Amino acid sequence: MNWSLVPQQFVTGLLNGGTIGLIALGIVLIYKSSEVFNFAHGHLVMFGAFLTWWFTGGGAEPGTALIDLPLWAAVIAALMASMGIGLLIERFALRPMTGQPLLAIMLMTLGLAQLFEGTTAVLFGVELKSNFPAPFSPSDVLVIPFPGAFGDAIRLKYTLVATFVVATLAASLFIWFFNSTKTGLAMRATAEDHEVARSVGIKVSRVFGLSWGIAGVIATLGGVLLATVSGVSLNLSTVALIAFPAILLGGLESLGGALLGGFAIGLVQALVQASRLIEVRNSSEIAPYLLLLVVLLIRPEGLFGQKRIERI
Amino acid sequence: MAMLRPAGDFDRSYEQDMALLRRPWHYWLLGFSLLAAFTLPLWGDAYLVATANQIAYTIIAVQGLNILTGYTGQISLSQAAFMLVGGYASALLVIHAGLSFFIALPLAALGAGAIGLIFGLTSLRVKGFYLAFATLAAQFIIPWLSRHTFKEYLGGANGAIEVPLPQLGTVNFGEVSSYFYISLVVLLITTALLFNISRTRLGRAFVSIRDNDLAAELLGVNLFTYKLRAFFIAAMLAGLAGAIKAHSQRGVGTEFGYSLNESILYLGMLVIGGLGTNLGPFLGVAFIVLLEDLSDLLGGMLAAAFPELSGQLLTSFRPIFFGAALMLFLIYEPRGLAHRWQLLRAGWRLRPFAR
Repeated sequence: MNWSLVPQQFVTGLLNGGTIGLIALGIVLIYKSSEVFNFAHGHLVMFGAFLTWWFTGGGAEPGTALIDLPLWAAVIAALMASMGIGLLIERFALRPMTGQPLLAIMLMTLGLAQLFEGTTAVLFGVELKSNFPAPFSPSDVLVIPFPGAFGDAIRLKYTLVATFVVATLAASLFIWFFNSTKTGLAMRATAEDHEVARSVGIKVSRVFGLSWGIAGVIATLGGVLLATVSGVSLNLSTVALIAFPAILLGGLESLGGALLGGFAIGLVQALVQASRLIEVRNSSEIAPYLLLLVVLLIRPEGLFGQKRIERI
Repeated sequence: MAMLRPAGDFDRSYEQDMALLRRPWHYWLLGFSLLAAFTLPLWGDAYLVATANQIAYTIIAVQGLNILTGYTGQISLSQAAFMLVGGYASALLVIHAGLSFFIALPLAALGAGAIGLIFGLTSLRVKGFYLAFATLAAQFIIPWLSRHTFKEYLGGANGAIEVPLPQLGTVNFGEVSSYFYISLVVLLITTALLFNISRTRLGRAFVSIRDNDLAAELLGVNLFTYKLRAFFIAAMLAGLAGAIKAHSQRGVGTEFGYSLNESILYLGMLVIGGLGTNLGPFLGVAFIVLLEDLSDLLGGMLAAAFPELSGQLLTSFRPIFFGAALMLFLIYEPRGLAHRWQLLRAGWRLRPFAR
């Protein structure tokens, strides 16, 4: 361990974890309401980032693009579009699968992921788009004095701090919505029991549609945050896959757990890079999955999940 | 699906009851398809033989997945990673231990099976999509290990090593027209094996675990050993397929694929063919491989029409076609092509009375 790097990596990891937690939140939401585990969420994240990039002019020569919006308007447009995409997915892909076995539903989301991957490549091209409009320049750095750290200070890019603030704000807003509004109450009731929810007058299919719509919005927001840090490419879907270990760590049924899991995964990924050994530093892409295996072996229900009791 | 047999058609001896080939047309069909397969390099062109070769070794991998996911009901997203293990094992045995390919092949299969056992251990704690996550972790960890450890043997950051051609005495299997026979013979052996696994104690235990693992345990099926056996067979067949693929492509490593997408592709092939049927892998693999060739054709045509977009048109139609086919099958024919074939046969037998 290179201890002088630890404070810097600790804060960076925590800030990165906010985005991971936000992405994880979208998966947990769909799982809670409809017991579908959405393997296509990473591709929704990627597609949302591409949509935003396209709405801002999409790398075309200035003045020639079909749509050329400022970043904030592009984000809003992409959020609306992804809400529609979420609703369409629920209506045409998942509703016919109601009552099908787990494997079939899982494969349906995997098929969706493939469809998104190909469609994105055809519509937007396969190469990395590094011209995603950034609200801050990369040289805007927040310097916090911290004796003992490398260079006696922690350096944070404004972009990273901004993504963290947006991610935690969005996540808190969503958790408030889920816990304190009437629509959120309907969603929680549906998550508890479909039949009971229906008997008290909740339209279960509408709640499913709403969850997918909100999940699409959350995914696109996560995609925008990832893209401001690393640019837009097809790889974003793989980057978003590390939300899976975060969810399992936090527990499948817990929204707050997903957020905490995101922070934990961000920390693990960053702290691994503070090591002196190059092999350990390189392992930051698989460290979350090693953690996932440990969680599965020791406590499969996660930190805040529910233990399942099975009957024959 | 239980066999629908007309009244008066029953077996008179144990041999008859256990026979795989029951009717004259079974013998004719088997004879003709074997004849067609073995003479393929004589009348087919290079493209046809190469495609048949690819189909043959992919079927072996999907057959393994069929045991694990189709029969035992354990979802696995790591079949491609086990193929990578088999490919590397066989290549390293041939290069560094100087073994013949035909000895390295079964050893590579056993090695991949052993790695499969390690990741199969998680299946004792978790099931359903928790298990899918454990295998997902395997699918990320194994290729990462191949890139970052033992760099002088595994190719390091190149993600690939060269694999020598198999040789038997003076016969060289360099051409795909002769290599195809290796894939074909191995495929025949695994097929015979699987037909027998599925109707003996082992296969019935697998099916009981799939239907309800707690009930199976109460009936006396030892979950620990049977789940591990399923993982071992699946990883072993994946290793076999990986070794054949590696020597056929003359290289192995993450540069040649073996990624999560491939694992998903195999699961999709299995579902499109028919989960838990012995015919399924054949139909599903053939369907998807031909669909991929079709999408490459379409991509090529569109790329020729719009040259400035060729980069994004050439390869992008594979995932679109595969994803769309998988989704349509899941909605309209979740039991796969094998079930469609059963319906067709039943309809033919019961004609003109029922449809």
